[in-house]
Amino acid sequence: MADSMASQATGGGTAPEVTKRDFLSLTTAAFAAVGVGAIAWPFIGSLAPSKDVLALASTEVDLSPIAVGQSVTVMWRGKPVFVRNRTAEEIQAARATPMSELKDPATDQSRVRRDPWLVVVGVCTHLGCVPLGQKSTDAKGDYNGWFCPCHGSHYDTSARIRKGPAPTNLVVPDYTFTSDRAIRIG
Amino acid sequence: MASGLHDSQVTNPVLRWIDQRLPVVTMIQKEYGVFPTPRNFNYFWNFGALAMINLMIMIATGIFLAMNYTPHTAYAFDSVERIMRDVNFGWLIRYVHMNGASMFFIVVYVHIWRGLYYGSYKAPRELLWMLGVVIFLLMMATAFMGYVLPWGQMSFWGATVITNLFSAIPVVGPTIVTYLWGGFSVDNPTLNRFFSLHYLLPFVIVGVVFLHVAALHITGSNNPLGIEPKGPQDTLPFHPYYTIKDSVGIVVYLAVFAALVFFAPNYLGHPDNYIPANPLVTPAHIVPEWYFLPFYAILRAVPDKLGGVLLMGGAIVVLFFLPWLDTSKVRSLRFRPITRIIFMLWTINFFVLMWVGAKPAEQPYVLISQICTMFYFLYFLVVLPAMGRFEVVMKLPESISRAVLGAKADLGGGPLPGGAAAKPMEKA
Amino acid sequence: MRILKAFALSAAVALPLVASAPALAAGSGPTPPNAHFSFNTLFGTFDRAAAQRGFQVYKEVCSACHAMRQLSYRNLLDLGLSEQQVREIAASFTVTDGPNDEGQMFERPGRLSDRFRRPFPNEQAARAANNGAYPPDLSVMVKARPDGANYIHALLTGYTDPPAGMVMMDGMNYNTWFPGHQIAMPNVLNDDQIEYADGTKATVDQMSRDVTTFLAWAAEPETEARRAMGVKVLIFLTILGGLVYAVKRKIWADVKH
Repeated sequence: MADSMASQATGGGTAPEVTKRDFLSLTTAAFAAVGVGAIAWPFIGSLAPSKDVLALASTEVDLSPIAVGQSVTVMWRGKPVFVRNRTAEEIQAARATPMSELKDPATDQSRVRRDPWLVVVGVCTHLGCVPLGQKSTDAKGDYNGWFCPCHGSHYDTSARIRKGPAPTNLVVPDYTFTSDRAIRIG
Repeated sequence: MASGLHDSQVTNPVLRWIDQRLPVVTMIQKEYGVFPTPRNFNYFWNFGALAMINLMIMIATGIFLAMNYTPHTAYAFDSVERIMRDVNFGWLIRYVHMNGASMFFIVVYVHIWRGLYYGSYKAPRELLWMLGVVIFLLMMATAFMGYVLPWGQMSFWGATVITNLFSAIPVVGPTIVTYLWGGFSVDNPTLNRFFSLHYLLPFVIVGVVFLHVAALHITGSNNPLGIEPKGPQDTLPFHPYYTIKDSVGIVVYLAVFAALVFFAPNYLGHPDNYIPANPLVTPAHIVPEWYFLPFYAILRAVPDKLGGVLLMGGAIVVLFFLPWLDTSKVRSLRFRPITRIIFMLWTINFFVLMWVGAKPAEQPYVLISQICTMFYFLYFLVVLPAMGRFEVVMKLPESISRAVLGAKADLGGGPLPGGAAAKPMEKA
Repeated sequence: MRILKAFALSAAVALPLVASAPALAAGSGPTPPNAHFSFNTLFGTFDRAAAQRGFQVYKEVCSACHAMRQLSYRNLLDLGLSEQQVREIAASFTVTDGPNDEGQMFERPGRLSDRFRRPFPNEQAARAANNGAYPPDLSVMVKARPDGANYIHALLTGYTDPPAGMVMMDGMNYNTWFPGHQIAMPNVLNDDQIEYADGTKATVDQMSRDVTTFLAWAAEPETEARRAMGVKVLIFLTILGGLVYAVKRKIWADVKH
């Protein structure tokens, strides 16, 4: 190192060779690299949901006005959530379906906290459109549940994917019954 | 070359492929690798690199702040507080941006001082210097508009006072002010356009910085002796000598910066800016941020509205003419014993202006600001032109290497090229 | 030698800071005495118990007139209160929400995500209820006054009778530390006027210290995280600085300059 330095000292023109095994330089470079990485951390972190956004992450829903066979759509984290008071036939149809017919097998019981309520995030798992089926006039698809008009995904009465490009069932959000007639989502 | 490709010396095949088509690697190697740089820089020559780093920090933090800021009079203050409280690391990003403005001015003021002391503005670097003054002006505009964005009391009244400066212009003044405001007072349209321009101007600064650096690489750097390098014995390759020396400065700079951000983030700010803007109540003491204080003092030194504005503008405009106002053949004040002392007084005078700018507009502060303003201009308009003619300068060293190495220069660097040695000041 | 130069340089850098900032900080009022708050030192932290008591003072006294609109009930979790406690505090306030499906605004108990309830719907209502004076929002009050914490503590304990011969304007109160001494806010703190949950004796000084601690935390809730991170960053930069300087010495070892 010292030799190569000396030859450069008075000359100039070409950069001196820094010895690869130079422990000091390597340590310093490693430290500086860690520093640069640490600088990136808060910037990337700032992109994550902020505390006020997280604080609004729960929504209360009053179930009492929803009649049997009716659905409501509520807003949760900026996304629609379908809350459906299912009819006995719908529940029956969902439970009678054999697992072998399902693309993303899950029992109806595992997707429901308390009958007859089905609560799912109303966002198609294909590319994020909102499926039809909430209104009585909507197309409900081949399985009498929901139908996504964007790319033709059919969901059944348990909001499970049955036909079309969507890979998985509509997501069941985290929710709890705060009383017999009210839930809190999130 | 026949194929039209650049004759790249790079060995790495991927880099070579790129370099043949777009010789960026060659350019970086030429401008920042082997670039011959005077061997006698002191730490004052760190401040250009520091300013560059600071500009990048400001742009990075600014982009992330803009993701969370709302440019509306009803929401601006609260959106800044939301950044401080709810956005992850928002307080850090904002305090870095806020104190980064102060750090930027500290760095740039030292950088300018370096240029003044060592005569870096003199031929052939006139345009380099003038581009620097343009950057300084753009920085001032950017900092001013940025300070308006949190929409606190100082934001609002700072914006009101500074935009009202334009009303001093005869005939068209009031119309200009109305156009600046987009209304009949500083209000939401003003805030919106200031936000837009505050986001735009830093990129304009980047453009002018590019020209500034390009011009620097034509003439090469000045140095503490103010004499041009005469050959390889006077220079060192930029890398690793000055990359590592700049790195030392960068770490020290970051430490000062960090101390401010983490332990005294509001020290340089004004408490009144944490009071939401109120167009009906002017704070008892309105003062600009510290970096504007010297010029604010010059503004207030004149009891006449137009005169004050002109003089304040003149304090910057005079810098554009500096390369021709200073008639001396010698660059560095090291070799100009009398000017050097007067310049030191001028430096103190600048700090006095800064101090008096924060004082209320009453005696004796008005008198002090008048004397200091006079001296500020006297230095540029009388002292420098006169000294070039009358000052007896010290003997300049024959070359950088001789000054640095003494007699050893002849052994190490070989005999100096005759022509260059005979005429040390050929460019000044 | 070079180190010396660097020091001289940093001194030059420090000069504007020293020269300008105290000049800016000097307000028009008298300088308040130093109340030696734990958070007012370089590495200080907030006294959580004091801040909790301070919130009680704010809730029971100040909040009758002063809003703190930057704060939400969830922020109280940072004061060391349990989630259950904070939920109860939030629920003890009714907040207006809506519109509901019928287009009506309605009232409901507060939740964690709600902002602190404001005593008045707007500035005009606040002025109308307070003799024309506007009780300012206290969210960032400690940052909004020079030497804010000491000032607020001094102000709250600074009510006395006006000096002989001083003519007080109608509805104004004399305060030693208020700029101009005539303040619209009456003396609101009296010994033992509130009962602290932790049994601390509620003297005027105690209450004013506690509420100041609470307000200081409210103004800069990031303070502790900031200082802790600052220590780490400076330690890192010191080590990095040493390493970089060593490399610099090595590279320049054989160059005379």
